[in-house]
Amino acid sequence: MSLRGKSAIAGIAEFRPSRYTEGATTLGMLAEVGMQAVADAGLEMKDIDGLVTEAFAESPMFAPATVVEYLGIDAKFAEVVDHGGATGAAMVLRAAMAISAGLCDRVLCVTAARREKRSNQGPRQTANTGWAGRRSDRTPYSEFEVPYGAIGANLGYAMIAQRYMHEFRLKPEQLAKIAVAQRYNACHNPEAIFYGQPITVEDVLNSPIVVDPLHMLEIVMPVAGAAALVVTGAKTARKLKHDPVYVLGAGEHTTHRSITYAPSLTHSPIKVAADMAFDMAGVRRKDIDIASIYDCYTITVLISLEDAGFAKKGAGGKFIDEHNLQFDGDFPLNPHGGQLSFGQAGLAGGMSHVTEAARQLMGRAKGRQVKKPEFAFVNGNGGIMSEQVSLILGRDK
Amino acid sequence: MTQEATPYTRPLPEPTPTTRPFWDGLKQHKLVLQHSARAKKAVYYPRSVSPYGPNDELSWVECSGNGTVYSFTVARRPTAPQWSEACPYVIAIVEIEEGAHLTANIIDCDPETVRIGMPVRAVFVDVTPEVTLLQFRPA
Repeated sequence: MSLRGKSAIAGIAEFRPSRYTEGATTLGMLAEVGMQAVADAGLEMKDIDGLVTEAFAESPMFAPATVVEYLGIDAKFAEVVDHGGATGAAMVLRAAMAISAGLCDRVLCVTAARREKRSNQGPRQTANTGWAGRRSDRTPYSEFEVPYGAIGANLGYAMIAQRYMHEFRLKPEQLAKIAVAQRYNACHNPEAIFYGQPITVEDVLNSPIVVDPLHMLEIVMPVAGAAALVVTGAKTARKLKHDPVYVLGAGEHTTHRSITYAPSLTHSPIKVAADMAFDMAGVRRKDIDIASIYDCYTITVLISLEDAGFAKKGAGGKFIDEHNLQFDGDFPLNPHGGQLSFGQAGLAGGMSHVTEAARQLMGRAKGRQVKKPEFAFVNGNGGIMSEQVSLILGRDK
Repeated sequence: MTQEATPYTRPLPEPTPTTRPFWDGLKQHKLVLQHSARAKKAVYYPRSVSPYGPNDELSWVECSGNGTVYSFTVARRPTAPQWSEACPYVIAIVEIEEGAHLTANIIDCDPETVRIGMPVRAVFVDVTPEVTLLQFRPA
């Protein structure tokens, strides 16, 4: 059953990313940003009948029920999505599914990340504590990766980049150009964490290498923040405040958790997800006006552009040379600055690719508005190119 | 004068009943892995069921310890606090002769000399009296 045009994004809200939060609870942030998104749609919380959230640090179990209770929602559909960076896009897919199945009609999707300064003695007080050596959970990750210091995401994406450069032609300057174009976009977005701080290709290449071959400025910076959106049935959306942003296509594909066991380092699961989304939408690659592509690293964007079908495999570097990726260029990529320059607020960072696509299609992106966009491609990426969710969003049903 | 050993502070694996033969093998300085009859290659990591299908048969086989670097990175900054004194160090995906991919460190060499495709050989590092880790060095 196709989801095409059956639901739409009707409201969005996002906190301005910040380096730290002081004393805030994730639940409080989820509630606040959720309230804003509902108001943005022109709805009240009593109108919401579905809730999709994340397994946030303070409530890894009973997360949806906790949020439902806190906000006083009467939910006919409440669930948690666990797809890492792809969670935001996956929430839209699941909301669209639930609406299409007739379970509910107005679904609030909400993510948030608090981030406190590390204390001098204590352990890291961030939601990421679990990355470093959760010995007792006896997962293959804990048993076969952590003992080697294969911890976090940097090294996995670095190994993807190394292998890519071994198999295909790619110059460091080409990867750097992605970060530079997105910083240009962020300099037109006062909400971005790196607003007012333009960079050059030389700046990227002169920044320290963290894990070969990735430079500091090619690696996303964790911040605090929150994002939420409201997905409603298409009919409902047409009666609300903003022009509906229709969910025209969606696809999902997961193949591995650790990059060690990925079917390929250079061909990601995105291809299947993107093909599903484009086929469902009946939209061609060349119809896309905005590419809102998950960018935890520059190499992520390069491989996504290829696997989503915008460039041939191995020709991503050439594609970057041949196109202007700025919001005012011929291939607008991550007009909000991407997470590299807007900031990665936990799973809200992934959702920022959805909210920005919706904002642009609604014509509300102010100083970085792409001219009259009709269609946006969104890709969410979780883990180490592990979990992929692609969406095609559009102004026309 | 006796020298006190520095206590090992990095995270250690917690073997499960399923993975125990692998860890026991390492302790004897042998690389023992499950072999898939169906895929005709080694399976890494050990599993209770085969990832190659329901009719597969997994049997424990000793591997040669030979492999090549499939991909790698040099950590210039620590990937976790326990490795803060170790930089630069190499984390790699090794393709062993028997077909499986696994993650380990490439040790006993200058990190700048590691290349994709480089032949490597298993090294068994006794990190504690109980645990031996599988590592690789240039062949």
